[in-house]
Amino acid sequence: MINELLFMNGYAVYVMSAFGFTLLSFLGLYMITKLQFVKEQSKFVAKFGSLNPEKANSAKTQRINKEILANATNN
Amino acid sequence: MFKIFEPSKIFQITSKAPKYILFLFVIVLTVGLTEALILSPEDYKQSDAVRIMYVHVPSAWISLGIFSSITFLSISGFIFKNKNFFLIAKSLAPSGFVFNIIALVTGAIWGKPTWGTWWAWDARITSMLILALFFAMYLVAWRIYEKEQKVFKITTFITVVGIINVPITKYSVDWWNTLHQPASINILTKSSIHSSMLFPLLLMTAAFALFSLLIFLMKYNTELIKIKNKGLDRL
Repeated sequence: MINELLFMNGYAVYVMSAFGFTLLSFLGLYMITKLQFVKEQSKFVAKFGSLNPEKANSAKTQRINKEILANATNN
Repeated sequence: MFKIFEPSKIFQITSKAPKYILFLFVIVLTVGLTEALILSPEDYKQSDAVRIMYVHVPSAWISLGIFSSITFLSISGFIFKNKNFFLIAKSLAPSGFVFNIIALVTGAIWGKPTWGTWWAWDARITSMLILALFFAMYLVAWRIYEKEQKVFKITTFITVVGIINVPITKYSVDWWNTLHQPASINILTKSSIHSSMLFPLLLMTAAFALFSLLIFLMKYNTELIKIKNKGLDRL
């Protein structure tokens, strides 16, 4: 049974390459997208931290800014 | 009319959704892989090479679906003067492009044992390659052009020209004599695929759709934060 699964009537190399390529592409795309997200999030937090208290308070009035900061601290 | 599409409202949902989508994707993919690689039967003609179809077909479907959605969103963005439509379209493009490449590569891997060649300038395969070029042009345009209005116009132009290729891809197997076999699944008529093969195919399609949704959400959140970063610079 295991031999049958691994050999796949001689097609295992093709089947496994196709599935392997797909899963590697998924992993690559996920990693790149995640890295870009974390980079922009860190940039936002750093910029927010460098604002003076008046500007920071004004920026905090926007709900989306609060959400980004909250998410950054949760991650 | 499009208040529901306001970034602040969308971000509340999109920022929390990825972890749940990822969880669901892993579960559906695991079941899908078990069905596709172990439980589903081999084909009487293609033998075990048929298993490649469980990654090839969903990838092709999703890339065609994403390109159509991008075109629809770009045109809607122009008609309703809503930037957010363009942002959604931009966020969909990377996964569409990757699925298109997966469809081409897995198709080539399937072609070798079945047709005896990695590549043929067949109508279906060539039109899928053209689709990949349109995806690439669309993504490059977003990188090259800085001015918002210009990039909106150019990317919409690319999608409007590119969408002509979508029905050509779909019907190429009916319009021309091609190496590529005709569709086995038809929504309007009876499908020629057996349920034991249809089930893993639909499972893998669901897993791939969840993955593209996950990438879309992450990319969309990144784009929103990018905009907010520029906003902080202006304060």
